[in-house]
Amino acid sequence: MAQSLSPPLLERCPTGIEGLDNILGGGFPRGSTVLLTGSCGTGKTTLGLEYLVRGALVGERCLFLSVTEASEKIIENLSTFEFFDKKILEDKRLIFIDVPILYEKLGLSKQELTPEDIDLFITAIVHLAASLKVQRLVLDSVTSVCFRIRHEEKIRDFILKLGKSLSDINCTTILVSEIGPQADRYSLYGVEEAIADGVILLGNVQREGDLLRTLQCIKIRGATHSRAQYVIEITPIGILLAPFLKGGRKG
Amino acid sequence: MAVSRSPEELAEILRTLSNGTALVVKMGGANYADNYFSALATILRDYVMETHGNAIYVSVTNPASLLVDLLSSMDIPTSDVFFVDVTSYMMVAHAKRNPNTSYVESPTMLETIMLRVEYLLQKVKSQKKIVVIDSIGSLAIHNNTAILSEFLHILVNTLKSTGAITILLSVAEETVPELDNILSLVCDQSVVFSSAGGGSGQ
Repeated sequence: MAQSLSPPLLERCPTGIEGLDNILGGGFPRGSTVLLTGSCGTGKTTLGLEYLVRGALVGERCLFLSVTEASEKIIENLSTFEFFDKKILEDKRLIFIDVPILYEKLGLSKQELTPEDIDLFITAIVHLAASLKVQRLVLDSVTSVCFRIRHEEKIRDFILKLGKSLSDINCTTILVSEIGPQADRYSLYGVEEAIADGVILLGNVQREGDLLRTLQCIKIRGATHSRAQYVIEITPIGILLAPFLKGGRKG
Repeated sequence: MAVSRSPEELAEILRTLSNGTALVVKMGGANYADNYFSALATILRDYVMETHGNAIYVSVTNPASLLVDLLSSMDIPTSDVFFVDVTSYMMVAHAKRNPNTSYVESPTMLETIMLRVEYLLQKVKSQKKIVVIDSIGSLAIHNNTAILSEFLHILVNTLKSTGAITILLSVAEETVPELDNILSLVCDQSVVFSSAGGGSGQ
């Protein structure tokens, strides 16, 4: 019997973005927590939304938690994509929840969240995900939540607990992280990337006056994946990827 | 010395191309305009129309609007031709917008050209998909040989894997040896073309 050269694969959650699934070897490992990080205008929200819409279109229940932008506005933008079918909203396969409303319902009005507040918030998200049988979740952005947690230790604890609880119900999660254009780390507080199972970096790269949107998988635990840099384009049919050309450059 | 092919001979060669083939058409520099227009007519009228295919035309030499006008004057319909216009943005104020056209900001944005071609390949419904790159020489004005070689290697191999037919236009005398080597490497066939036909080419 021939021996396979490939390591055994964990069950995958295909993002539905063909180019990304190719470099991930089929998608995110099911139940993982992936930090999707980049500066403004790099396509983080769009990638997160396409991941959910593609999942909803194949019958998975998907949840988008929006911290900074009203859901109506996001849905309006989403309707410009050809792959979007509003039936997934009507069927509640894709659900939007505005986090400020959730904060209000939970009575989390203080600017800085206490450890008890954080536990309450995590419990509420996990309860929502479990009761709705959510298989894909996007929190946009985790940075805005961390802004109210402030302390590195508490942020570490928050991401660890949230990721573990969602993984326990087999939910594959994207945490959107906002960083500055010149950031030398993958998150604002520097702890998020260490806790997450995966990190995908989106960027804007200047090459001789041209501004290119790029994507790079920094780490995906449990997956053999490409670590090369790709150029991405947001098109009406979704995000497309092409290799970043090196042009004979060394180093 | 390769023999120059006439428009009829080029049309016949095009008819024999199977899906996923890459062909470089080297046009002679003498009477370049005649050769260029004749090659356009052969590819877009005698081949694309005849095979009921869709052409994706990457226009680096001329703005798409100019080509559309030119093709109209030659009675070549452009409804099945989708342009990736790589020049109009550089002209800023003089750029004329055209339907069926996707605009790329600069000929140095080679990855964006690849992505626009991929986008259009997914959009067009025809079984016969032909991608024309006009031209290698124009891309070489804006890009160094190393990055252009890398681009051609990736683009042509990607197109082969999708089953599209690739036609690369180049001016025989202006292609540097390094680019000639990469064209030989990635293309399945090479044709020297002259609107007058006969004679010996490069």
